[in-house]
Amino acid sequence: MMAIDRDLQRFRDVVRGRVRRDLRRWMGQSELFGKKGDEIVSIPLPQIDLPRLRYGKNQKGGVGQGEGEAGAEAGQPGDGQGPAGEGTAEHMLEVELTVDELAAILGEELELPRIEPKGGAGVDSQKARYTSISRRGPESLRHGKRTFKEALKRQIASGSYDPRRPSIIPVRDDRRYRAPVLEPEPYARAAVLYMMDVSGSMGSEQKAIVRNEVFWIDAWLRRHYEGFEARFLIHDAEAREVDRETFFRVREAGGTAISSAYELAAKIIDDDYPSDVWNIYPFHFSDGDNLGQKDNETSVRIVREKLMPRVNQFGYAQTESAYGSGRFFQVLAEAFADDDRVVLTRVPNRDAILDSIRTLLGRGL
Amino acid sequence: MSMPSRFVSRGRDLPAELEQERARIAEIAAGHGLDPFETIFLMCTADEINMLAAYDGFPVRYPHWRWGMAYLQMQKGYEYGLQKIYEMVINTDPSYAYLLDNNMVVDQKLVMAHVFGHVDFFKNNVWFSQTNRKMLDTMANHAARIQRHMDRHGQAEVEAFIDRVCSLDNLIDTHAALVRRAPEKGRRSALQPDAEPAPVEVTRIPTRPYMERHVNPPAALQAERARKEADLAAMQRVPERPERDILGLLLEHAPLERWQRDVVAIVREEALYFAPQVQTKIMNEGWATYWHTHLMTREILADDEVIDYCDHHSGTTATRPGQLNPYKLGVELWRHIERRWDRGQFGRDWAAIEDPAERARIDTGAGLGREKLFEVRASHNDVTFLDDFLDADFCAEQGLFTTQRDQRTGKYIIDSRELRDVKRGLLSSLASKGNPRIYAVDANLHNRGELRLVHRHDGLDVQLDWAETALGNLAALWGRPVELETLVDDAAIVLRHDGQTLERHDVDADAEARAEEARR
Repeated sequence: MMAIDRDLQRFRDVVRGRVRRDLRRWMGQSELFGKKGDEIVSIPLPQIDLPRLRYGKNQKGGVGQGEGEAGAEAGQPGDGQGPAGEGTAEHMLEVELTVDELAAILGEELELPRIEPKGGAGVDSQKARYTSISRRGPESLRHGKRTFKEALKRQIASGSYDPRRPSIIPVRDDRRYRAPVLEPEPYARAAVLYMMDVSGSMGSEQKAIVRNEVFWIDAWLRRHYEGFEARFLIHDAEAREVDRETFFRVREAGGTAISSAYELAAKIIDDDYPSDVWNIYPFHFSDGDNLGQKDNETSVRIVREKLMPRVNQFGYAQTESAYGSGRFFQVLAEAFADDDRVVLTRVPNRDAILDSIRTLLGRGL
Repeated sequence: MSMPSRFVSRGRDLPAELEQERARIAEIAAGHGLDPFETIFLMCTADEINMLAAYDGFPVRYPHWRWGMAYLQMQKGYEYGLQKIYEMVINTDPSYAYLLDNNMVVDQKLVMAHVFGHVDFFKNNVWFSQTNRKMLDTMANHAARIQRHMDRHGQAEVEAFIDRVCSLDNLIDTHAALVRRAPEKGRRSALQPDAEPAPVEVTRIPTRPYMERHVNPPAALQAERARKEADLAAMQRVPERPERDILGLLLEHAPLERWQRDVVAIVREEALYFAPQVQTKIMNEGWATYWHTHLMTREILADDEVIDYCDHHSGTTATRPGQLNPYKLGVELWRHIERRWDRGQFGRDWAAIEDPAERARIDTGAGLGREKLFEVRASHNDVTFLDDFLDADFCAEQGLFTTQRDQRTGKYIIDSRELRDVKRGLLSSLASKGNPRIYAVDANLHNRGELRLVHRHDGLDVQLDWAETALGNLAALWGRPVELETLVDDAAIVLRHDGQTLERHDVDADAEARAEEARR
């Protein structure tokens, strides 16, 4: 551990602040898809400076050295060693963050509440561990050994220590206290089902938006549960389960039967996730251009009868449809007007992803 | 032997082989007249060197994120092989220099010779005569003080305050240590800045001479005079004369809490410590390079090390086309001086020779080169160094030119190779080092305790977006609005920051508004 690690950590905090400020821009970046929690994302940031009263750059020339007649082109001013006014060349700073850290930043920015898992009531999910040392604190937490050591150090340094009569008397400044470090304690289990409409009406932009949103939701929820399982479903007129990679890559086309996805979700929950143990989150992403009135009714019935009794929350996000009516949003809104565990959002474009996530996760259910 | 500071915990002593070399090089350097402080060399890993470099060479600095940023960049640079720090030395007594432990022996020797040059310069150049040579301990002390403030007031708050102060750390008087500025008497108030001070009048009742002592008792007159003088002094304007030491002004007059005052004092002291190094960079690097070449090639190098030496040496003095390398410029100018004084190419008679070729041919065999070098090393800084010794011959020999930005293409083109122009370009950039000359002229502006700064414009505008933030920081520290008078695109303007927003006024309109206010 070197002293610089402390400053490095502070710098990372500062960077985190910057990333947070620019979060909307990062949200739309599709290159993050493949990344998992502890993988590192490299983010280019403009160099962070302390602005001073100083000359602007590039206002006039400087002095150079080399061949050439007057009027010939000279080299461009470089960094640092150029004459005055040219020292502020823009450096880019590559900052590395893990996906987990990004998710934490997202959570801070959206002020997402901590999720309150089912079961295990009364267990504090933040655990304080007294592993740190501070100069200030209540006397009851005084660290005798550390305090003694500080006093000894001070007495030796000041020459008042006599090894033949070793009496160590701590003064105010010597005292050290145990200080708490708060650690989140994830303990509950969660199952998340992501359902994506991949029918012909979902264009590649729509799918990109959905994948982006799924990526961030996944990163956020994953942080809160020790046992976390994500299942990926895609559907057109028919639903099937796929693995994560396929989900983030697949291109399909065809008609749309939303009920098929809900039916499959209900079956998966039945088979694998008893709701007294699991926190269950189905999310459905579609352009809302369903097959017809009949399937709408079937879908609503499945949600009402098979899903809602078991899940913490049902999320539906609708992208802008290039072709269809996008009526399904309305159908759900009317059917579940009095159930606030059904959360509906619209994601017309990439800029809306952030707000959509806020709506979907903002209740902390 | 002086006591090494207990704050140097990084680095390890030299291995026996290098210790031998060190002793030998020290002896050789002394034999050539170099007179450095005792210099302690420490071996460091690349990580340690990067950390030390991020801390400007000091093993203990106060906690701040910008060291972390510097460290990260250096670490990247090293990993990618873009940059490698060969030498780092700090100006203290004794001096400390760090060697990268995986460098080749020939590199270590080069660095040692180079470092002895630097330390000789630190010790003997007059611009360092007021430097705190116990800065190692002082920096550690600063770190402890700031840490204590952080413990008490919270890291975030103290760090945010440091950010503010650091953004003003170029607003110092870099010559303050050397010049005793006599307080200038005679300015009465902001209203009549240039009027002669009126003599203090005391109430004297006219009477006959023999009654004088009784009607106008001297003791009472004396007391009245003293009181009025004190009143007058209080009325006098702050600062008494335009003041570059704006951080100092903040220390004296800004409504700061004790810990904040301490932070300002710390930042100011550290900025003043580094100032002479900035003012003598070209000279100092040139001097060290001159000596490492001199000593290495004549005495130190083993035969099998010559190639590596040449390779690494040329790396440091290479000049990219169209660019200026201060190491190169410095060392060439030192050599130029030596050559001229060796051959007696100085004085009025020599300067009167018109033909450059003829001038260059003169050789009186004076042999005064080395002597001159040591004289210059003791008394000059970069500005005077170039002003005195950069002559037309040198300018032509080195191919120096000024550049101008082509308005159409945005590219830089060669503008002039005339000595006058080159010198002006170099001197103006050196005198400012990118820092505009900004003076505080009135700390009680409009009689409302606002602060007025003036930018003495010399052809370059300040960068406006940065100025806004910096002025905002200053306003926050000052506690009242702050104004900066400057030129932007040749128009005189006043930037006024009240701690929340920046306003921009044309100077004339501004003066009118004020005049009107005065009339009311």
